[in-house]
Amino acid sequence: MSSAALQNLVNQPYKHGFVTDIEADVTPKGLNEDTIRAISRKKEEPEWLLEFRLQAYRHWLTMTEPTWPNVKYPRIDFQDISYYSAPKPKKLASMDEVDPELIRTFEKLGVPLHEQKALAGVAVDVIFDSVSVATTYKARLAEVGVIFCSMSEAVRDHPELVRKYLGSVVPPADNFYAALNSAVFTDGSFCYIPKGVTCPMELSTYFRINTQDSGQFERTLIVAEEGSYVSYLEGCTAPKFDTNQLHAAVVELVTLDDAEIKYSTVQNWYAGDQNGVGGIYNFVTKRGLCKGVNSKISWTQVETGSAITWKYPSCVLLGDNSIGEFYSVALTNHHQQADTGTKMIHVGKNTRSTIISKGISAGVSNNSYRGLVKIGAKAQGARNFSQCDSMLIGDKCGANTFPYIQVNNSSATVEHEASTSKIGEDQLFYFAQRGVGADEAISMIINGFCKDVFTQLPMEFAVEATKLLGLKLEGSVG
Amino acid sequence: MTGKTILEVRKLTATVSGVEILKGIDLTVHAGEVHAIMGPNGSGKSTLAKVLAGHPAYTVTGGEVLFEGSNLFELAPPERARAGLFLGFQYPIEVPGVSNSAFLRLAYNTVQGARGKDELDPLEFDDYIQDKLKLLEMDPAFLERSVNEGFSGGEKKRNEILQMAILEPKLAILDEADSGLDIDALRIVAGGVNELRSDNNALILVTHYQRLLNYIVPDFVHVMEAGRIIKTGGKDLALQLEDRGYDWVAEEYRAKAA
Repeated sequence: MSSAALQNLVNQPYKHGFVTDIEADVTPKGLNEDTIRAISRKKEEPEWLLEFRLQAYRHWLTMTEPTWPNVKYPRIDFQDISYYSAPKPKKLASMDEVDPELIRTFEKLGVPLHEQKALAGVAVDVIFDSVSVATTYKARLAEVGVIFCSMSEAVRDHPELVRKYLGSVVPPADNFYAALNSAVFTDGSFCYIPKGVTCPMELSTYFRINTQDSGQFERTLIVAEEGSYVSYLEGCTAPKFDTNQLHAAVVELVTLDDAEIKYSTVQNWYAGDQNGVGGIYNFVTKRGLCKGVNSKISWTQVETGSAITWKYPSCVLLGDNSIGEFYSVALTNHHQQADTGTKMIHVGKNTRSTIISKGISAGVSNNSYRGLVKIGAKAQGARNFSQCDSMLIGDKCGANTFPYIQVNNSSATVEHEASTSKIGEDQLFYFAQRGVGADEAISMIINGFCKDVFTQLPMEFAVEATKLLGLKLEGSVG
Repeated sequence: MTGKTILEVRKLTATVSGVEILKGIDLTVHAGEVHAIMGPNGSGKSTLAKVLAGHPAYTVTGGEVLFEGSNLFELAPPERARAGLFLGFQYPIEVPGVSNSAFLRLAYNTVQGARGKDELDPLEFDDYIQDKLKLLEMDPAFLERSVNEGFSGGEKKRNEILQMAILEPKLAILDEADSGLDIDALRIVAGGVNELRSDNNALILVTHYQRLLNYIVPDFVHVMEAGRIIKTGGKDLALQLEDRGYDWVAEEYRAKAA
C-alpha cells in the first residue's frame, strides 16, 4: 500500500503538455554558416554579433560532444533540429498586438501577459520558442533606470552593454553546448541594474518551447552595477511530444562591487512519459562572475522536469570577500536522468561559498550531484561549506555524489557533508500509526528534506515548487 | 465491575515473510484494565503489537480482532489510529528535517480532528502542549528538534508517551516502553502513563521485565511463547517470572497440552 501511495504522489500528471496551435516562422532543419547568417539577418543584428556567432560556430565544429556526465541518451543529430522558430507576427509594438492565442497560452500556464492582470510586483519577460513575445512593467522599471528586455531588443537598444558583457563569463569556446548556443542563440532576457539601485520588483522570465522540431537556445545576461540588487526568477514548461527537444541555454551573471544577484529557477520542462519516451534535454551553462569586492551571487534551483538535466550553475568568486551560494532540489522520476551541481571557483581573498544540494530519486531514475570547489592559490582565507543529501523513494532508482575539491591555499577551510536516506516502510508506518496517511507523510518528509532550499526561494516560487513536488506546505508557515 | 470491551482478539494468526509468528492469540481487554504481555525474545510480543496497529510487513492469516465491536482489519493503519488505537514504538522512528512540533500538531489535528475536535493552529497547539510537556518533564526546546533525530533513548520514549498524551487513545499498546531507560526516566514515563489512565481507556504493556510493572500495576499478566499466550495470571505472576524465569511456564503448558 505504501509503495502505491508513493507512486501516486510522485506520478503527478504533467499539466503543461498542451501544444498551442499558432502559425510559426520556422527555419528549415539543419545547421551551417548560412543558417547562422539567416538568424542574424532575421534579427537585423549588427556585424559584430554575426562575427561572434560565426567564430563560435567555427570553434564548435572542432569540438566533440562531452561524454563524461552520468547520463545516457542517443547521439543528437544537430542537422535534424530547426534553430529558429517564432510565432507570427513577430514584430510587436505593444501588448495589443500579441496573438490572442499566445495570451491564452500563457494565461493557461498562469503567466498573464497583461500588466493589469500580471503578478503583483513581478515583471515578466516571456520567451516562446526562439523569441521574446512580451515584457511587462518595462516603463516602471525604466523610471529607476533598470533595463529589462529581450536580448534582441538589448542588442538593438543597448549594444555597448551587450557587447561589453556577452561572453565575458561564459566564453563562446567554453564548452560544446555553450559554443553551440553562442552560434545560434535566438533570444533571451537582458537585465541591467544601475549603480546603487535595488530593483523594485522581482524580474522573471518564462520560457515555453512549443514547436516539436525546434531547439531552444536562449541567452540570458544580467549585470548588476556597484551596490545594486536584483532578484530574478525563471520558469520553464513545454508541450508533450514523443520526440526529444534540445534546450541549450547560456546564462551569464555579473556583479560589481557590493552588488547582489539572486537567481531562482523552477524548471518543469516536459520530462517524457512513464516509459521514458520524449522530454527535453536540458543542457545548460549557467555561470556568475562576482567581479567586484563584497559582491554576491546566489543560485537557487528546483529541477523537476526534463528527460535529462545536465547543468552546473556556478560562481567565479573573483572579488575579495565575494560570496557564492548554490541551493538545489533535483527530483527525478520514471526514466529521468539528472547530473547537476555547481562549481565554486574561489579566486579572491576571503571568498565564501555555500552549497546545499538535495536530490530526490524515484521510479527507475538516476540522480547525480557533481560539484567542484576550487580554491585558488591567492584565495587567502577562503571558506566553503557543502552539504549534499540524497533521498531515495523505492528501490529501483539511483543516487550518486561526485564531489571534486581542489585546494591550492593552505589557509582555506573546506567542509563537505553528505547523506543518503530512504523513505521507508517504517517511516510511513510511524506516521500512519499517528493517523497520518502516506501522501501527507511523504509530503512532510520531502518538505523537511528540502526545507533548507525552499526557504531560499521567493514566496510565490516556493509555493509553486512545493506544489510541483506534489506536496503541501507544512501548516506552520508564517 | 468490568468496563465495556475495547479489544477482542480471537484465534489470531499472522506471518512475516511467510513464517508464522502468531499461532492463535486470544485476548480480551476491557476499559479500565491494564494488561502486561511478557515472554522471552522472539515469542511474538512485538509482532502482536504491530499486527494490531497494521504494520505492512505482517500478514494476518486467520482469526479476528474486534475493536470496540468492529472488525479492526477493515481499517487501514491511519484509520485505526484515528479510531483510538495507539502503538508506542519500541524503536521510535527518526524523521530528519521535520520538526517535532509540526509532526505532533499534524498527528493531533488528524486524530482529534477525526473525533470532531477543532484543528489547532501552531500558536494554539503551542499553548495546548505545554501541560503535556510538564507531565513528562520535557523541555519545550525539544519541540523544535527534528522528530526523534539525535534523541537519547529516554527522550525517544518520553516522546512516545507525549504523543499518547495528545492523541488520547482508547487503547494504548506500549512496546518495551521501559527499555533503555534509567531509573529517573522510568519513573517519569510510568508517571505519565498512569496519569493518562482512566475508566474509559485501556493499556497493554509489552515488556521483558517486571520493573516497569512496579510503577504501572497490571490487572492481568499474560505470558507469550512461540506465538501463543500460554499462561495468564494477576500481577503476582510477573513477580514469579522475575524469580523463576519463563521455562517453568512453558513446561507447565506443555505438560497440560500433552
